[in-house]
Amino acid sequence: MAKAAAKKAKPNVSTEELLHHYREMLLIRRFEEKAGQLYGMGLIGGFCHLYIGQEAVVVGLEATAKDGDKRVTSYRDHGHMLACGMDPKGVMAELTGREGGYSRGKGGSMHMFSKEKDFYGGHGIVAAQVPIGAGLAFADKYRGNDNVTFTYFGDGAANQGQVYETYNMAELWDLPVVFVIENNQYAMGTSVKRSTKSPSLWERGAAYGIEGEEVDGMDVLAVKAAGEKAVAHCRAGKGPYILEVKTYRYRGHSMSDPAKYRTREEVQEMRSTRDPIEGVRQILLTGDHASEDDLKSIDKEIKEIVNEAAEFAKESPEPAESELWTDIYADEVPQEEVA
Amino acid sequence: MATQILMPALSPTMEEGTLAKWLVKEGDSVASGDVLAEIETDKATMEFEAVDEGVIGKIMVEEGTEGVKVNDPIAVLLEEGEDASAAEDAAGGAETTAEPAPTGAPEEDARERPEAKDMPAEGKERPSPASARAPDRTPDWPEGTATKEVTVREALRDAMAEEMRRDEDVFVMGEEVAEYNGAYKVTQGLLDEFGDRRVIDTPITEHGFAGIGVGAAFGGLRPVVEFMTFNFAMQAMDQIVNSAAKTLYMSGGQMGCPIVFRGPNGAAARVGAQHSQDFAAFYAQIPGLKVAMPYSASDAKGLLKSAIRDPNPVIFLENEILYGQGFEVPDLDDFTVPFGKARIWREGSDLTIVSFGIGMKYALQAAEELAKEGVEAEVIDLRTLRPMDLPTVIESVKKTNRCITIEEGFPVASVGGHVASQIMQQAFDYLDAPVITLAGKDVPMPYAANLEKLALVTVAEVMEAAKAVTYR
Repeated sequence: MAKAAAKKAKPNVSTEELLHHYREMLLIRRFEEKAGQLYGMGLIGGFCHLYIGQEAVVVGLEATAKDGDKRVTSYRDHGHMLACGMDPKGVMAELTGREGGYSRGKGGSMHMFSKEKDFYGGHGIVAAQVPIGAGLAFADKYRGNDNVTFTYFGDGAANQGQVYETYNMAELWDLPVVFVIENNQYAMGTSVKRSTKSPSLWERGAAYGIEGEEVDGMDVLAVKAAGEKAVAHCRAGKGPYILEVKTYRYRGHSMSDPAKYRTREEVQEMRSTRDPIEGVRQILLTGDHASEDDLKSIDKEIKEIVNEAAEFAKESPEPAESELWTDIYADEVPQEEVA
Repeated sequence: MATQILMPALSPTMEEGTLAKWLVKEGDSVASGDVLAEIETDKATMEFEAVDEGVIGKIMVEEGTEGVKVNDPIAVLLEEGEDASAAEDAAGGAETTAEPAPTGAPEEDARERPEAKDMPAEGKERPSPASARAPDRTPDWPEGTATKEVTVREALRDAMAEEMRRDEDVFVMGEEVAEYNGAYKVTQGLLDEFGDRRVIDTPITEHGFAGIGVGAAFGGLRPVVEFMTFNFAMQAMDQIVNSAAKTLYMSGGQMGCPIVFRGPNGAAARVGAQHSQDFAAFYAQIPGLKVAMPYSASDAKGLLKSAIRDPNPVIFLENEILYGQGFEVPDLDDFTVPFGKARIWREGSDLTIVSFGIGMKYALQAAEELAKEGVEAEVIDLRTLRPMDLPTVIESVKKTNRCITIEEGFPVASVGGHVASQIMQQAFDYLDAPVITLAGKDVPMPYAANLEKLALVTVAEVMEAAKAVTYR
């Protein structure tokens, strides 16, 4: 299992770092499994897009971020929130539409934000986050700091026009933005092959003069290494950088996806040979970084965190009815005047 | 500990389904992600995966069973080492554990939900009488203040320049705003004074730069985004409506979007259907946006300065035909006009004319003509459509008992339609005639000079409507 990842393991990666990756990825996986379960029970409504299989992408890139760096993504956003340090309880309670959620129940799975953690959403319209990410980077450049913005989008979004409008301006103005294409190979039910003849998505940046590369998104260490290069490029004032991260989602596009566009065997093959968590687990065990017992105790710890989040999300009350009318305007314009 | 596996909801609307096929049998070990069963909904057959690892202790619903309700227990999952008796206990429901929450949870959830009757009906506004607030009649500037004639174009430029001097975070971006000095010369001189860091020419890419503006506002800056005309903002509508207007609400109040989208709006002259359109009613529909549509230079200046300071996204609708028109503007260091305060241009007792933007031109001309015939019209300029100063309108109608509204936009679902409906709801007993809502004709703007004239509101139509509501 995960032999490729094990072979590539660099001896200079510390135990501490490996355990960090393991823990972070496992938290996302267990959290998402629990979210799927709560959805099945009717506690989460509407759309719910799980990140299972893609964990190495955000965990690897977050390992390259520093204070003040920003991130913005699509509606498949739970993993990004957990990876940047948002509280699992607040995320899960938002999924259940409760007062204790990050948006006090008014945003839901696809619309969550944390100014404190520099997480700028959670955007429900495919690719809308791409110019927004460049705008966040614009603000940093305007202020003259060396922060970067990680702007995540999928292979589906990569065909939207606003991505290329943004590429053009980002390079024109040298904006410090890392465009992360999370290529999980399926835009809902349409495979990349059925939506474009471009051999690769990152190479499209060349038309605008943007550098980039393809990364193995099932290998957290490879993602981190590529992320370091991209971030250094941006921080040095050289403009944007594109990472096309080849990844895979094990679950459906959303909860109501019969998944007839790919075979069970294809999914099973990825899970059993390329799983990012299993890959790190093997490195930890074969490199004598940790014992089975050590990892079991981490598993247990994560399970407790997730169970607590689920309990919180079930017990937190629904928002007060008065919440219907708040947060429409930052200065709370009297509604009778708006009417 | 044994837990029940419940019939899952596999779509946002699923209430029951058919348990088509079991892919595991009692005694099988399963891991997270293993497919347990195939379940048919009205839309598709879906695979149902295990969430936890364990051993299938008991299958409670046979395959082929139709109409299995969501959340009904369908099987029991044992932890390693548990025996079948635990399965029987769990199946009986005696020991439902804290883990996959008991079947009761969703019902409890439903009970917590407020009764439908307590909720405002769909589309209903917050129940609160608009007429409760007394209209604000304070003058826009203190009596005795010196004024000078300034064009709308200069007033807008001065507003931006003053706010850029005042706040380093304010910047202007758009097509031709910098080196060309503005396609309509509204940003004239800004590049010279503020440099290319703060006055930024963009490529022709409305969707993209509107989104970059929104992101910059999320990041704490105060962008003023110029659309060469609002016709082109249609390309950016998603960023304006879905990103700028809604994020404060969707973030539970954490993240606002202090941005101004400005530019000329409405019919120019002889430019045809795609370049002649008033978007006032479009934007006025959207909660989260503020919408200003000034007529005079003093309002253009005072409202734009307020818009730039506003913590919310503001749509600022200018008019090309008015850019060159001069008006008296007070000679004050920091002159602002608040949103949500209409201006009464002319007092009168015979009828109320409500308009905004270039519609005011027709309103004021008609009022003068009417005065010659002995009809005194009260002319109200709404100035901002969101928030809208309905109290001033209602108070006026209670005095005059008659009202007409004027706008350049399309007649269906128009601003005037909203004003008329509010008058009907709040001052029905005061009305002596139906409210007449004048608008552009319900056609795309034609190019031919004679047809273009016919498509727009005219002073003659206003006169005719005024006579109709006063029964003359």
